[in-house]
Amino acid sequence: MSTGVSKINLNVTGLTREVYKGSATTLCAGCGHNSITNHLIKALYEYGVEPHRLAKMSGIGCSSKTPAYFVDQAHGFNGVHGRMPSAATGAKLANRDLLVLGISGDGDTASIGLGQYCHLIRRNLDMTYIVEDNGCYGLTKGQFSATADLGSVLKNGKVNEFETIDVCGLAIELGATFVARSFSGDGKQLVPLLQAAFAHRGTAVLDVISPCVTFNDHEGSTKSYAYIKEHDYVLHSADFILGRGEIEVEYEPGNVQDIELADGSHVMLRKLDRAYDATDRIGALRVVHEARGRGELVTGLLYVNPASEDLCERERVPRQPLKDLGEADLRIGRAEWAKLMESFA
Amino acid sequence: MATGEKIVNDLTIRAATVNGSGSQSSNLVLTHALFRLGIPVAPKNVFPSNIEGLPTWYDVRLSPQGYKCRSGAIDIVVALNAATWHDDVASVRPGGAIVHEAVYPVSGATLRTDITYYAVPFGELAKKHVAQGSLRKYLVNMIYVGVLVELLGIPSEAVEAAVREQFRRKPSAVETNLAAVRVGVEYAQTHLEKRDPYYVEPMTGHTEGSILLDGNRAAALGCVMAGCTVLAWYPITPSTSLCESFISYCDRFRADPATGERKAAIVQAEDELAAIGMVLGAGWAGARAMTATSGPGLSLMAEYAGFGYYAELPGVIFDVQRAGPSTGLPTRTLQGDVAFAYTLSHGDTKHIVLLPATVEEAYELGMDAFDLAERFQTPVFVLSDLDLGMNVWMAQPLAYPDRPFDRGKVLTAADLERVESWGRYADPDGDGIPYRTLPGTPSAKAGYFTRGSGHDEFARYSESAEVFARNLDRLARKHETARLAVPQPSIEESGHATAILAYGTTHHAVVEARDRMRAAGLEVDYLRVRALPFSPEVAAFVARHERVYVVEQNRDGQLYGLLRTDLPAADVARLQSIRHYNGVPIDAAVIAEPLLEAERSLATSLA
Repeated sequence: MSTGVSKINLNVTGLTREVYKGSATTLCAGCGHNSITNHLIKALYEYGVEPHRLAKMSGIGCSSKTPAYFVDQAHGFNGVHGRMPSAATGAKLANRDLLVLGISGDGDTASIGLGQYCHLIRRNLDMTYIVEDNGCYGLTKGQFSATADLGSVLKNGKVNEFETIDVCGLAIELGATFVARSFSGDGKQLVPLLQAAFAHRGTAVLDVISPCVTFNDHEGSTKSYAYIKEHDYVLHSADFILGRGEIEVEYEPGNVQDIELADGSHVMLRKLDRAYDATDRIGALRVVHEARGRGELVTGLLYVNPASEDLCERERVPRQPLKDLGEADLRIGRAEWAKLMESFA
Repeated sequence: MATGEKIVNDLTIRAATVNGSGSQSSNLVLTHALFRLGIPVAPKNVFPSNIEGLPTWYDVRLSPQGYKCRSGAIDIVVALNAATWHDDVASVRPGGAIVHEAVYPVSGATLRTDITYYAVPFGELAKKHVAQGSLRKYLVNMIYVGVLVELLGIPSEAVEAAVREQFRRKPSAVETNLAAVRVGVEYAQTHLEKRDPYYVEPMTGHTEGSILLDGNRAAALGCVMAGCTVLAWYPITPSTSLCESFISYCDRFRADPATGERKAAIVQAEDELAAIGMVLGAGWAGARAMTATSGPGLSLMAEYAGFGYYAELPGVIFDVQRAGPSTGLPTRTLQGDVAFAYTLSHGDTKHIVLLPATVEEAYELGMDAFDLAERFQTPVFVLSDLDLGMNVWMAQPLAYPDRPFDRGKVLTAADLERVESWGRYADPDGDGIPYRTLPGTPSAKAGYFTRGSGHDEFARYSESAEVFARNLDRLARKHETARLAVPQPSIEESGHATAILAYGTTHHAVVEARDRMRAAGLEVDYLRVRALPFSPEVAAFVARHERVYVVEQNRDGQLYGLLRTDLPAADVARLQSIRHYNGVPIDAAVIAEPLLEAERSLATSLA
């Protein structure tokens, strides 16, 4: 391989990491969302996504600005508040070849967009849906969002008196086929989870706790860096193995759950302190709720059903993108048209 | 009463029944039988927002001139609903007739001396002649058809053919229904003496080559032939049958039995917010997409409509208008969404709005909408209404499309090879219409960022005052370009001083009103607007007339208002407004009477 030319690292698609970058962030320095962007760049680069096949979708809010900060060459769609899932659905139906990546926030998902979030999951549209979750509204200066924990304290001392909406628990309840939770500061866990989400066929939900350094990173907040680090209950360590190649890494049998995903990739979940079955839906719900009861944040691949049927398959949408069909494919033939008119006479 | 002149083929028959009693089959049999005799028919279904139990009326107008609007008077009522008996008696025009269930009391307010009563023991006849109890309530309606066959002299072959057609998918029902018709015929022969002036006779010259079709089905066919591949919808009266027709045509004509694949993606959305989001997402990604809704759904779509306008995404939205505001009368008609649809969403938003008047136009303008949406990269609204969408109309067979799809200004990977750079929101052609690329285009230059926030020519985020104003100006320029690209008005003009300006289904009442006024000595020119923005033809037409009566079916004169904004100040004074807004389709008298009166008083004051 090496011919003396200075070595440039290329991914499986033959592209440099540079191609996966976007314009400079305009978010606050230290914002968890910027870390997620960096992890996304790494995940997309390593996964080898072709930029022109990537559709970056978002709604409104700090989180929804981030699609501008990675893969410049890809098409982006920064839509209206809470309505990204519907636009993503339309885009995917128009062109099944697109890899649809949606980035939302906790307000965009759990408040104004709760309806679309639920129905997206019900339909199991093939897309990755990231919630950049900081428990507050950043752009409007720090109000609570619906994912704020009961009893969490705002910077101005206000205490959240309402029950939280757990977007992971809700997703599992709604029949989601891929649900993971992670932390913006844990790239080691987040990158393989992102790649597993790309490889999954169906809606892959990733709730990524992402502290808001400006409005929700103080003592009393349950979404601060310090709180998360102290209360992060990691289920397993995850490895992602791309494609259908041989699995070369050695795993101690019994300690690893090997899950094959729709595109032939594997996600390997290595057990930490106790056993966890990521394909057990009811078990997942129990773990999520028990952890919440203890004030802990459970992270990892909570639930996956790798054999799920996505919306396009269920709707029998042709493999050829609908956008490419022409008059001959779509119009009723002349003879049949004449018969049809005859039937109205 | 039979001493007067015979009235042939010029009457309105009303069937007053209970919703859910299966009267629709009988109504359609009657309509088709008359149509087969060569008589122009114009049926109107007046139905409740209910599945079963509330009153429903079906009016079929027979008109030797081929008028398609309501006549404004009921000549014969078939009264089969005790709950509306009093009102139904009152609805008959003097000299008319009422065929009624014999047990209904004819006394007091229901005893009129100026109409003919035909008492028929419908319930008893059904009990006696229909063995299966569960079928009785349905077949009572077919008995009424038989009574009318005898009273009006409808040739029985026409009815038989219509019954066979109505039940072609259920041949076992044909004989049962024909038997019920005969029960009615025989009862009338033996028990009723003809005392009204109405007769039906076969005629020629009007219905040959015509079809009977409702506007929603015609619009659905327009979508199929325009290559629509994505439908996202939320059920709402009166638009539901447009979507369901599209689905059934896709099942029938776009499915591959070998693979089970269907060349369309159909999603019943959770609400209209999502329906339009899916349409615009699909349009962004290059598919032809549509939704159909009515007023309440349109209100929910306002947010994404503005996004579609500003981010410049194609999509087609059918609004089959019903009577608002709010829930209003969901099963009645109005042209009440015109002004709202035209500027739907906040900020300076202006849309292309198409205004079909006929079944043919529901199809043609429905098809045009997709070309316009992609040519102008913007949401296009097709404003039909309940009257057009849900009623069956006589129409010409829909013409096979004679041109390919116009996919608009889309840059391919090969196009991008040839350019140094391109700006998604630039205006290289000076018509306000930019170029776009589709996601999935294999070129490093294809990608751009679509956003509803401020953006420059290269789709980059911008808060610059100059950039913002420049973009709004370009969007306004694009709207100006649309004036000549949208369906142009239809004009009937012979140099008269007075004119009517109307749009949509109001057209059918204008046709009859012009004849009536001509008979009264007043000739008027006529312009029918077929789209917004207004063509330059509209202003020119108004300028050529001293008085232009703008006729529409809403309270506030919405199109009249839009015209006042659009026309040169000097011409605004030429406009007068005639409005009809009770939810019942407009009839000719609503137009002819105030117009004649206004013109006469003007003549008097000038004299």
